[in-house]
Amino acid sequence: MAQGLTARALVAGYGDALVLDALDLDVPQGRITAIVGANACGKSTLLRALSRLLKPKHGHVLLDGKDIHKIAPRALAQKLGLLPQSPVAPEGITVLDLVGRGRSPHQGVFTRWTQRDDEAVAAALEATKTVDLANRAVDELSGGQRQRVWIAMALAQETDLLLLDEPTTFLDIRHQVEVLDLLHDLNAARGTTIVMVLHDLNLAARYCDHLIAMTAGRLHASGTSEAVLTEETVRQVFGIGSRIVSDPVSGRPMMVPIGRHRVDTTPAQNEAMEAMGQ
Amino acid sequence: MRPVTPPHQALAPTPWRSRSLNLSGLAGAFAILAVLCLLSVSIGTRTTSLSEIVAGLSGSNETIAEAAVSLRVPRTLLAVLAGAALGVAGCVMQGVTRNPLADPGILGVNTGAALAVVIGIAWFGMSDPQDFLWSGIVGAGLTAVFVYTIGSLGRDGATPLKLALAGTATAITFSSLVVAIILPRADIAGGIQSWQIGGVGGATLSRTLSILPVLGAGFAISLLSARKLNLLALGEDMATGLGERVAVARLTAAAGAILLCGAATAVCGPIAFVGLVVPHVCRLLAGVDYRWLLPFSALGGAGLLVAADILGRIVARPAEIDVGIVTALIGAPFFIWIVRARRVRAL
Ligand SMILES: Nc1ncnc2c1ncn2[C@@H]1O[C@H](COP(=O)(O)OP(=O)(O)OP(=O)(O)O)[C@@H](O)[C@H]1O
Ligand SMILES: [Mg+2]
Repeated sequence: MAQGLTARALVAGYGDALVLDALDLDVPQGRITAIVGANACGKSTLLRALSRLLKPKHGHVLLDGKDIHKIAPRALAQKLGLLPQSPVAPEGITVLDLVGRGRSPHQGVFTRWTQRDDEAVAAALEATKTVDLANRAVDELSGGQRQRVWIAMALAQETDLLLLDEPTTFLDIRHQVEVLDLLHDLNAARGTTIVMVLHDLNLAARYCDHLIAMTAGRLHASGTSEAVLTEETVRQVFGIGSRIVSDPVSGRPMMVPIGRHRVDTTPAQNEAMEAMGQ
Repeated sequence: MRPVTPPHQALAPTPWRSRSLNLSGLAGAFAILAVLCLLSVSIGTRTTSLSEIVAGLSGSNETIAEAAVSLRVPRTLLAVLAGAALGVAGCVMQGVTRNPLADPGILGVNTGAALAVVIGIAWFGMSDPQDFLWSGIVGAGLTAVFVYTIGSLGRDGATPLKLALAGTATAITFSSLVVAIILPRADIAGGIQSWQIGGVGGATLSRTLSILPVLGAGFAISLLSARKLNLLALGEDMATGLGERVAVARLTAAAGAILLCGAATAVCGPIAFVGLVVPHVCRLLAGVDYRWLLPFSALGGAGLLVAADILGRIVARPAEIDVGIVTALIGAPFFIWIVRARRVRAL
């Protein structure tokens, strides 16, 4: 029986429109996986289907071999956490209150808030550096601060599996790196399996053990960043030429895009562009 | 990069302080309600002395004043119960639909309850208050389903605007139906009229007590839904991700609200604005946590209705203005004021 989160012949979409087309996926357990792909290729839809938000039209999503739609919702929420692409918070809610609501799956109707809950919230605030914001209203925060608060909420849920849809949008470069470092720490310390949609291919290649490239509702390529982040794949997935060099910091592959302008036409580059068939 | 803390944030309540603040707020609201209730049994066409109030309250009917007091007790009790019911029902509906305009009145639910009662009276010769009660609840429930279905037609589901439009249209249609049913029936028009405007004046103790079980169930369901409403406030996706069955949560919470406003309407007639205004004011006082918001709305609704009833007895002495008219007269400008002052918070 397959362990961890898997999708089998998954077909899902909205109304009559099918977005995911017979997709098979095994999320590597205890690893960090990034999903990359062009806008509207179905990344968010995949994440929604993996997390019970979208019922598959055909096929299954399985957690440890069990269909996630047959697992009790609260039990599932104790194992699998999700941060949607654009979450909403009621006006006036404080950071502390919001992060505390991440503890809901661990509480019943009559169970009271415990010391354990306090600790989880404190740890989540600490890890996301939002302790100073605890008593502020979420709607008064900057986009980046707010994003960190949402991540804190997902952390407070304390799940073994965490799905995040573009956790680094709205963040400046320093906070992007900090969030990815944070997720890396979480993965290293607790073995949390992380799946996230990222748009920055280079950060994805640097931080993730496993890369999934999607086109039009299908997996185009998946594997290590060396295997997936190639000039060929970038052209097929994003329709743009590029050069892949070695990231001087991590040694992982790094993609340098080639547009129509601002290309220094040295012989080497000309060669590359011709090879792309332009 | 420590975030700069604006000056007013330095005074922001820490969690335990906000908890004790909320507790004292509730105690304060309770005290105000108690004073209003005392005023309500003593003020009226005939003013009464304290000793007469005490005597009247302990069941004595010897003087006219004492009798007046014992008449005012059931109407005060009814105003408290119906006000609390409408306040909580409005609060729950706003939470379920995440719609700041949701209210048993605007969503047409009260009018639906009223229509069902009127149909019962006019066509089926219904006269037992217990039957009013059940037909009111059934009418409220059917209307809620109807409005929600109409409001969620189309691709983007039940948006606040579409719900409010569907509800308002339904309310207008149903109230003209009510008029159309009553008009040709001179025999029932008088009795229905004061009920239809919304009144607690005709309250008797037995009628008031008869709705207690339903209200009790409604309050219990609503209060037990507080945590679910807290999660629904984070949007459907987040609530699902946190392990909530969104459809079930919405349905149970809405059922509680429907019991409350159906029962209140069956006894008092449709009373507008309480369910709309009270939760918004309470949100400003108590914040966004429904575990606090619901008790605050109960006390606020009760206080508002008792106060409106007293006012209706004072301003037109020796006649009385029905409480439904008073709440509309106070509620409408008040609501316009909070909307204009941008005090209505997005949910
Ligand atoms: N709620 C919805 N109803 C109908 N169609 C939708 C809905 N959400 C997404 N779609 C459609 O499904 C397709 C895939 O959308 P999805 O949100 O999965 O893309 P994405 O890969 O996450 O894109 P992005 O990078 O812009 O976030 C798009 O064509 C989109 O228009
Ligand atoms: Mg997306």
